[in-house]
Amino acid sequence: MSTNEQRIGEIVAAHAGREGPLLPILHDVQAELGCVDAESERVIAQALNLSRADVHGVVSFYHDFHDHAETRPEVQICRAEACQARGVEALMPGAEKAAGERVKLTTVYCLGLCSAGPAARTGDRLHARLDAKGLATVIGDVR
Amino acid sequence: MIVRISDDALARALGADALAHAFTQKGHTVERTSSWGMHWLEPLVEVGGNAFGPATLGDVEAILDGSSDKAIGEPAKHPFIARQQRLTFARAGKTRPTSLEDYQATGGWAGLRRARQMGGAAIVEEVTQSGLRGRGGAGFPAGIKWKTVANTPGDQKYVVCNADEGDSGTFADRMLMEGDPFALIEGMAIAGEAVGASQGYIYVRSEYPDAIRKLEAALNLCATVIAPFRCEVRIGAGAYVCGEETSLLNSLEGKRGEVRAKPPLPAIEGLFGKPTVVNNVLTLAAVPHILAEGGAAQYGALGIERSKGTMPIQLAGNIRHGGLFETAFGVTLEQLVHDIGGGTDSGRPVKAVQVGGPLGAYLHPDQFDIAFDYEAYTAADALIGHGGITVFDDTADMGHMARFAMQFCAAESCGKCTPCRIGAVRGVELIDRIRAGGRSADAVEAQPVMHNAPKSGRLPEQEIALLTDLCETMKFGSLCALGGFTPYPVMSALTHWPEDFMPGGEGAVQKVLDRNEV
Repeated sequence: MSTNEQRIGEIVAAHAGREGPLLPILHDVQAELGCVDAESERVIAQALNLSRADVHGVVSFYHDFHDHAETRPEVQICRAEACQARGVEALMPGAEKAAGERVKLTTVYCLGLCSAGPAARTGDRLHARLDAKGLATVIGDVR
Repeated sequence: MIVRISDDALARALGADALAHAFTQKGHTVERTSSWGMHWLEPLVEVGGNAFGPATLGDVEAILDGSSDKAIGEPAKHPFIARQQRLTFARAGKTRPTSLEDYQATGGWAGLRRARQMGGAAIVEEVTQSGLRGRGGAGFPAGIKWKTVANTPGDQKYVVCNADEGDSGTFADRMLMEGDPFALIEGMAIAGEAVGASQGYIYVRSEYPDAIRKLEAALNLCATVIAPFRCEVRIGAGAYVCGEETSLLNSLEGKRGEVRAKPPLPAIEGLFGKPTVVNNVLTLAAVPHILAEGGAAQYGALGIERSKGTMPIQLAGNIRHGGLFETAFGVTLEQLVHDIGGGTDSGRPVKAVQVGGPLGAYLHPDQFDIAFDYEAYTAADALIGHGGITVFDDTADMGHMARFAMQFCAAESCGKCTPCRIGAVRGVELIDRIRAGGRSADAVEAQPVMHNAPKSGRLPEQEIALLTDLCETMKFGSLCALGGFTPYPVMSALTHWPEDFMPGGEGAVQKVLDRNEV
């Protein structure tokens, strides 16, 4: 048994007895292993007595789950209506330049800071009222 | 000295933690409270009853010796707050979010205590009398929904809180969960008491890490208070469509967040096929006030027509005084955007206001006399939705915003129904072609064998007729509000700002629209 398989087994066991445990399990696996790959899907399916297709269907439906681990640090930038109204689109060329190959920029739709956009998120940290310089600093600082 | 600084996610995103640290370093006691909702002043620092904002680390000295020019006086007396009627957000800015002591001292649990003495039928009756309607967007009367669940037999029933606040321009759910989590939990416990449900779930979107943390802390603290009712936080996974109630239920069950056909209503066959109350955060958080002594009558006396009580309105986007404004129904957009919001943050003229999130219509300044009321908005081909108001200045390109609405729908469609899944993609293509000035016949159409295909390509007005048709199909043919309401922003943008779709062709689009009307 591989270490991953053992770890997934522990996660599944931790959620035993919960109603509809698949999403909480997937969140934990994603946090632990950085992704939910085909092998993880197989192990989870077996543990929950589901088909692999069932689990893959769920994993592929949600934006939060990925099939391979991202090695670059990530900056999420909100590009929904309210942040657009506050000029996020004009910041994007500069942000892409600041990110280069090192940082992964992801578009999200709404971080709930709509009165103080443009907004971004790194890990569980939020950043608001960003201008070109502020966003470049957020991107430069992310590890 | 006691220094009060909010620990709301917005304040923290603007440096509230560093400020709190700086005041602690200087030997002061820092209390982390909820946010008053005056977002342009965040981070707001309260010292000895006076507030200062937006504060930076450089202001610490001046705030402490009272010489800071960022003083705004007593926050409760600030015009932005004094003009509001805060019921759901009565504690905003005043209490520490996860302090049971603060919650009890400000009337917490009174509604639940009274509800337990009244029994289910009487609770449902009071909620019905208050006129409370679902704050998630659809505006369905809460009392009627509860009654259906209460009257449906079942050994297991559920109360599900829809906290998947994905609409851009809305943040009231987030502020409530972060600022007054016990109020939401109390509302859920009352709902459980009313319908006979013993288990609750709060489905929070993963984009709200602070709200998740606070709710979990609050649930741990009050487990014995709400017992035998049990409640658990569940985290979404980045799917906008899971804000739709049936899709949310599927997600809670551990499935793809695909929309279910209705009927059966979730009230009859909801979570795991059991009778389920699904209500928005603001609906449930309004309940403790309603169930407190005399609360239902007070609530029902506010508002206009069939829109009773108060609505926490969220002023967002390009607005000078953005934040949370809770007031009775009936306020006009003119008041909200100009008097209260202070116009645009950029100082430029207001061009458009989107009310109700990404699926809400764009309203033109000519329509600003419209009163905040569910029926008035419906009559104007618009919707209140979750009460978010996003302001755009005159640099906004409404053709682009219409395209974005379709693009967003295409990205977030659950894929279950055709009008939404395919219509949104075709909508993006159509808007692109309109903005490109139509298109010529393609290679296939040009073939002699294609007898019925036009050989001259399509003019922009023909593409617009097609887009109008597509919007009709999406509106009436989609399973849920995602595909069904995406036509609102698209058609309202096209109707009010046709020139943004046809650069140089001003008036041409209007002609087509008029003709389609006939």
